[in-house]
This record gives sequence, C-alpha cells and structure tokens, in this order.
Amino acid sequence: MRARVLVRPKAGILDPQGQAVERALPALGFSGVANVHIGRLIELDVEDPGQLPRMCEQLLANPLIEEYEIVEDTSR
Amino acid sequence: MSASTSSPSRHRQLGLTDEEHALIVERLGREPNNTELAMLSLMWSEHCAYKHSRRLLRRLPTRGEHVVLGPGENAGAVAVGDGLALAFKVESHNHPSAVEPFQGAATGVGGILRDVFAVGARPIAVLDSLRFGEPARSPRSRYLLERAVAGIGHYGNSVGVPTVGGELQFDPSYEQNCLVNVMCLGLAPRRRLIRSAAAGPGNVLMLLGALTGRDGIGGASVLASAELGEADEHKRPSVQIGDPFTEKKLIECCLELLERDLLVALQDLGAAGLTSSASEMAAKGGVGLDIDVCRVPLREPGMAPFEIMISESQERMLCVVAPERVASVMDVCERWEVPATPIGSVTEEPRLRVLRRGTVVAELPTAVLIDACPLYDLHPIQPALPIYGPPPAELRGDEPPAETLLALLGSAGLASRRPVFEQYDPIVGSRTVRRPEQADAAVLALPDGSALAVAIDGNGRRVACDPRQGAADAVYECAANLACVGAEPLGLTNCLNFGNPEKPHVAWQLSEAVEGIAEACEALGIPVVGGNVSLYNESPAGPILPTPIVGIVGRLPDAAAAGRLAFAREGDAIGLVGRFAPSAAGSELAKLRGQPPAGPLPVKESQAVRDAQAKVRDGIRSRALHSAHDIAEGGLAVALAECCVAGRVGARVHAPVEVFGEDPGGAFVVSGPREAVAALGPVIGTVGGEELRIEGVLSVAVSALAAAWERGLARFV
Amino acid sequence: MKFGVVRFPGSCDELDALAAARRVGEAVLLWHAERDLQGVDAVIIPGGFSYGDYLRAGAIARFAPVMEAVAEFARDGGLVLGICNGFQVLCEARLLPGALLPNTSLRFVFRQVELEVADADTPFTCACPPDRRLSIPVKHTTGRYFSPEPVRVVLRYAPGHNPNGSQDDIAGVCNEAGNVFGLMPHPEHAVDPLTGSTDGLSIFASIAQGHVRQHVLA
Repeated sequence: MRARVLVRPKAGILDPQGQAVERALPALGFSGVANVHIGRLIELDVEDPGQLPRMCEQLLANPLIEEYEIVEDTSR
Repeated sequence: MSASTSSPSRHRQLGLTDEEHALIVERLGREPNNTELAMLSLMWSEHCAYKHSRRLLRRLPTRGEHVVLGPGENAGAVAVGDGLALAFKVESHNHPSAVEPFQGAATGVGGILRDVFAVGARPIAVLDSLRFGEPARSPRSRYLLERAVAGIGHYGNSVGVPTVGGELQFDPSYEQNCLVNVMCLGLAPRRRLIRSAAAGPGNVLMLLGALTGRDGIGGASVLASAELGEADEHKRPSVQIGDPFTEKKLIECCLELLERDLLVALQDLGAAGLTSSASEMAAKGGVGLDIDVCRVPLREPGMAPFEIMISESQERMLCVVAPERVASVMDVCERWEVPATPIGSVTEEPRLRVLRRGTVVAELPTAVLIDACPLYDLHPIQPALPIYGPPPAELRGDEPPAETLLALLGSAGLASRRPVFEQYDPIVGSRTVRRPEQADAAVLALPDGSALAVAIDGNGRRVACDPRQGAADAVYECAANLACVGAEPLGLTNCLNFGNPEKPHVAWQLSEAVEGIAEACEALGIPVVGGNVSLYNESPAGPILPTPIVGIVGRLPDAAAAGRLAFAREGDAIGLVGRFAPSAAGSELAKLRGQPPAGPLPVKESQAVRDAQAKVRDGIRSRALHSAHDIAEGGLAVALAECCVAGRVGARVHAPVEVFGEDPGGAFVVSGPREAVAALGPVIGTVGGEELRIEGVLSVAVSALAAAWERGLARFV
Repeated sequence: MKFGVVRFPGSCDELDALAAARRVGEAVLLWHAERDLQGVDAVIIPGGFSYGDYLRAGAIARFAPVMEAVAEFARDGGLVLGICNGFQVLCEARLLPGALLPNTSLRFVFRQVELEVADADTPFTCACPPDRRLSIPVKHTTGRYFSPEPVRVVLRYAPGHNPNGSQDDIAGVCNEAGNVFGLMPHPEHAVDPLTGSTDGLSIFASIAQGHVRQHVLA
C-alpha cells in the first residue's frame, strides 16, 4: 500500500523557514496567514504498514526535533 | 533508418535557417530525419558551433612557453612547476540563470567543474563573475542575485571545492539578461592530463554518472541562441537540475580511473548532451562512434532516441575504454557508487550512429556535425548614436568630495561583497592563503611552497564607452590584481558576454573588444588558453553592456610572501606606482551621477603598464612592500579608502591627480618603509591616524568609511 | 598516536582533517563501508556533505558500517571527534545528545569566529591555551545546536560571534563520559599559519597529549 509520512518541526522549535514564508506571503498580497511551518513529505509503497512507526522513529524523522504523521492511502 | 522525415518548417522551429538546412541536405545527400535534425539543430546552434564568433576568436594569441593544453580541449592548462599543470576555464550559464537562477547558477558550477576534471585535473577553486540589474530599484534583480548566489554556494560547497574569489556588478542593461560566469581551476600531474579524442576502433564507449532524463531538452543551446522574449515561462521545464553529491562522487571516481590509467579518453556532457560530446570525441580522434540508446540508463520511461541524444541531464561523463579494462573501470565506479554503463563503441568510419534495438535511427558524418556548420562574418558598424540610456542618478554632482566618497563606498557597485562571499566556503582543501577581501587576487598554496594566484575581472561600462580600450583594460586590471599578490600571469581564459551579433553595433562591440583583449595579451605576454562566448544577451529594451570577462592565473614563488591590500603599519609611507591618467569616462562616479557610458577612455602605454606591474610584483615578492592595491573602480580615493578600512587605520596623503577618475590596470597604491616605496614611485603620504585625509580634498573617519562600505550591498542581500 | 579519519561519500574536509592530525601523530582514512578501525587511538568524523545531506544532515551516514564500529569504540571509551557534519552524524547516531538545526539566517555561513573554552577538562581541550579565545572558522548551513536536556558544553561562541543562533551560544559539546566530542567550527582549518589562525591545533594536540598520558599511566 501507498503510505505518506509528513514530518514537521516539533512545536516550540524555532522554524525560520516557516517564518520566512509567513513573512513573504503578505508581501505578495496574501493576508490572513499565520502559523506557517515547513516540513517534509515522504511517500513510499509498503507491504507491512505496521513497520512505519519504527521506520519513522529510526530514520525518516528525528524524534528529538520532529513530529511525524503517517497517512495511509488505502485507495491504491 | 527511421521512417519519418522532417516536415518543411521543422528546421526553422529548431532554429536552423533555410540556408543551413539546404546545406545539411546537400552534405548528407538527403533530408535528415527528425532525430538527425534535432541533433544537428543543436550542434549548429550558436552555443555549440560559435558560428558568429569562431573567426573572430582566431585573433587571440594562444601560444606561450607555459602552455600545455591550448584552446580546443575541455579546458586549457599551463605548467606551474614541480611537474604540475593547472587547468582552468570560464564558462557562462546566463540564459538558464535568468529563467531559474538557483539551478541555472548551480549547474553552471557543475558544468565548469566537469570541463576541468574532464582533462584529468582535480578542481581546486571556483570563482564567479555576476551581473544583475539595479538592486535598489528591481526586486527581480535582488531575487536573481540572491538565488544565483545561493545556487553557486550550494553546488560549490557541496562538492568540496572552495569558491575563492569573484566579482559582482550591476547595471540596468542586465535587468532582463543577468550574467552568471563561473571559472574553475584544477591541478594535475602533467602526465595525468588526458585528451578527449576517442581512439581505437573496437574500444568501448561508456557513460558514467547520473541517469538520463528530459532535463534541458533543447535547453541551454536553444535558449542561448535566441533573445529572451515575453513568453519564456514555457522554457522553464528545459532547465537542468544539478546534484552536487553525484558530481562529488563522479570527480573522485574519474580521478581514480585516470590515476590507474584505465581510460583512453574522457569527455564531459554539457550543452547538447550525448550528441555534442560523442561528436567531439569522434571528430578529434578522426574515428566514429556507435551509440545504442537502449543501453543508456534512463530516469524517465518512453524517451525517444532524439531526447536521449540531446538530453542535458547533469553529472554525466563519457569515456572510451579498451575492452580488457572495462571490468576494472566498473569496479572503481562501483566503489564510488557511480553508475557506469557501456553504451557503444568506437568505429573506423568517421560518423556518429545512433542505434535502437539493432536498427540505425540516425547516422551523421562527424564532419557534418562538427565542421560543416557555416561560420558567419560579423558586419561591424560603429554606432552613430548612443546605445545605452542614462542610468538612474544617485548623486546630484555637487556633493562635497567626502560625501561623494561615502556614496561611492556605499554604492552597490563598490561596497563590501561580504554578504555574498560569506555564503561560499573559500577554505576547503586547505590551500587558501588569501581569502576574499584580503588581497586583490586569491592565492592558493602549492605543495612546493610556491602558490597560485587567480583573479577574474570585467567592466561592461568601460567597454561600452570604448570597446577596444575597455576590453584591454579588463586584461590589464586582472593582471594588475595578480601583481598585487606578487604573481606573474601564466594564462588567460575569457568569456565574451554580448548582445545579438547580427546587429552591426553589437558586432562592432564584439570585434573591437576581441581586438582589445588580443592587444593587451600580446603586450603582457599572456596566452589565451580557452574560454567561452555567450551571445544574444539582449531584450526588447536593448543589449547588455558589452561584457568581456577575463580570468588570469599566475604563480608566485613564495606563498608566505603573498601580498595583502590593507595598510599594515602606522608610519609606513604610501606610494603611487605607475602611470595614472584618471578620467571620468566610464567611471563609477559618472554612473552614480546618472551619466550614460561615453568614451573615449585614456589610452594605455603598454610598456608603462608592464613596468608598473613588474615593480609591484617584485616589491611584494621581496617583502620590501607591506601592501599593494591596484587603483580601479572609484579611482584613487576609493583605493585609499579600501586600504584604510581593511587595515583599520587611517592615512594622510596629498593626491597628485583627480581622486575619483579611473584608469585601471597600470596604477597602484602601495605602502611600506619609505625607502622601498620611494624607489618605485612618488611618495604621496603616510599611514596613521583614524581618518583618511586627502589634503585639500577630504577628510573622513575610517569608521565612517567602514560603515558605509559594510552596509552598501548588505542592505540588498 | 594514530588517528582514523572516516570518509563517507560526500565528505569534503577529510583530507584537511588528515593533514591536521598528521601534525601531531599518524593518521589514516577509514572507508565508510568497512568496519575495521585499523587499531586507531582516536576517530575523527570530518566535515562535508555526507550522502548529500539527504533527508537530514548525517541521517544516512550514521548507518554506514564504519559507524557501527565507531559506536562500539565510543562505548568502550575510545576518543571520537566529530567536526561539523561529523557533529551532525554523532547526534543522529545518539552518541551525542541534541540535534543540529538550520541556521537562523537560513543561509550557509562562512566566518572566522572566536570561541571560548567552557570546559578545559576534556581530552579534546586539555591542551587549549587557558584564558584565551580560539579563532577558528565555521562553514555550515545547519549548525544551530538544540538540546532539550542539559548537556556538557565544551565550546561556546564568544559574545557577538554566534553565527547560527544555537542555544546558549553552544559551539561544541561532549557526552557525559567526555570521550565523544562534537563541534561545528573547523579546527582542522586553523592549524597552518600560511592559511589562517593556528588555534585549532590545540584540539588535536589535546587528543595526542591525552593519549600519551594514558599510555604513561597504564
């Protein structure tokens, strides 16, 4: 099955990339934007989705500074 | 042979004229098929064939006692003692950078690195020469500047090659056509230098490096042969994406293959991909090459033969290997995690054949690919009317000299480039003896205690004023930079960035500039060992300032004696060395005052330039002098200010000449013990105090000079 | 005294580290794919962009075969020095606490910075000149040190010299046992008067000195 892992900086960790984008959007004319955070998307085909949490803990995310969210695309 | 033949106007869509198409048909004795037409359209493009410039470039002097590889190879090279050769070249990546500045600049670095290690030299330094529109007025130009610098840093830093120097200038004429020129130096034992000529029918042709995708299909070559117009968004998919990690592995792999003497020939893939590399390898060796497109490892499915043959996917090299060595080559490649695939073979018949599943889908004599492209004469006509409008004025013209000096130092054109070069790693490799802003040239130590020096220079505004003298001055100024660190020039590489050469006034700029470079090189005895031409840098608003960029490498016998530009010691005498005839024409001050470029420029007496450069060079080598700095943009006042700011110390001088006029290449500000300085030229003052005082002209605190200079570019980057 | 300098695909400053180490002892390269540490007395994980900094800097390098041996070596008390990318690898490998985040400026920064020795009682700083700052260059995009737990700080950027926003101006830390040390600045680029300051030499000298002392005491 096709899985997607979203990795984002842990709350409370300074995210200058997110801040930079948050500042840039109003400059382009978009208002009402707040709380921007930038992370990573990892997509993979897995036979055993039960392994995903361990994959995230060991490699795909650094649990000290990142949170991860597993989204399984069961439509495929 | 593929069944489909080209439609009547297809050749025009690909950029070939009707005459060129007719010539192809005549030489082949038939119509080319689509694959062949695609290949020829790229090989016969301006970017690959140098149609409008090749005749002109023959004017440049290419011989010198230190030359070991002249023009025509992937990079030129000079001997630097101790059995070592220094390969070097400058290349442009202008049009891709205007479309996608990060990747355009990054892949520009990647490409020039490959040219250098393709001749067997380990890349040891990179320099960049950049041109953009006015940062104060153009958010787009600030964006291009920021992204291009980030791209160069990203690629250069990741491959572990230091970016040791460069230059950056601004002018409205670059607004639509930014310039990104990158120079690379590489070091090799002379015996390891390799040529690209394929040889030995029956030998195997191997493709090393990244997978082949649709990057840059019709990319660099097509973009570089037409002026950028309104609708270049659709050209964006043609931009190549670089991967410095793959390049790093490729460098180590290729150098090891050469060290083990496993290769017959090596060639990098750049513009026009497999087609141009294979054509050149075959033509140089007087042999042919068969390529089976089914064996080329692909990144994307369903690529047509022509796509595979012209793809500009990055980080790939071609090599010719004797059959009994293929296994060893594969072993080395595997260790470095570099994909390596036999894709064809060397043949006797001098033609390039493209095969798919055993069927020939394209067949072109190498002569048609490489030699048959018509060369065009330029039709230069000196323009009667000015080409360039006045730049936006930042000064009224009646400001007192102190204020003028602060405005110059704080202008984007002259201010500290620290915000840019702090994004580059200048020290990896542990050879860097002089980092950016420590001296007028970068200095890199060699194992035997001597050192290399390198600088890159150009001044489009001066060339616009007077193409011949302006271009000559670029050579003189670059050589002067080397003299300031104690180096003797050994060779020169150049990139000629101009507008549309089919227009007579641009043709005039180009031919005059080449003449100027030739004259200056002959006068100083510096051979041109290679370079690049980038034409059609023009928009509906007009051409860029004519911008020949020159890079010179040199050598100094004692790395530890390398010169610095900062005033070093209170009490040192300050001297003016060389003939100096400053003029406002083409100067930074004229620009700030909103004056369009207008000549003529002061004529140089080349013997006087040679003498002055030799005096400074020897004074630095012998350690008689404590500092040396050439007087260039901004004139004497700016040169003095730069020496003060760098040394964090003031100076008190009397100026024998007008202080903001320019005459670069033959005049220097030096400091040291009075006797040493007086032996070289008039003593004009003394180092000391906390301000720069030019008697009767101005007096400004060094701290104020420094503040203006540090802020001038930083506010835009 | 024998140093081993690890070389990953993408390492850039390994030869610089090798040359620096050779000023105080012997040094060999340790290829990433091999587990044999060749009997070295100290391991250096150098700067660069191992594995292209893919995923996260150091994230993939920590799984290299050589790192299994290095981890074991560290657990047994062997001396391990991680420089820049090496520091990132050691944090990813959990041989050091904390993590390195992108610089606050979001840009690569090259700068000669001044460091204060916060802990002179480690095998890596015992020979550093007391009461004097060290002038050593930094060059990185991802050097902002972060640790939610208390750490043993060894080096700090002097006031005004923090180039990346790291918490508490931390430039280098070691583990509790004091045998594994990571720092973002590049001491191997501060060993030769021809190319800059020589303050970095004291870190290599400390390691060599500690080794001599060990042997004398044993």
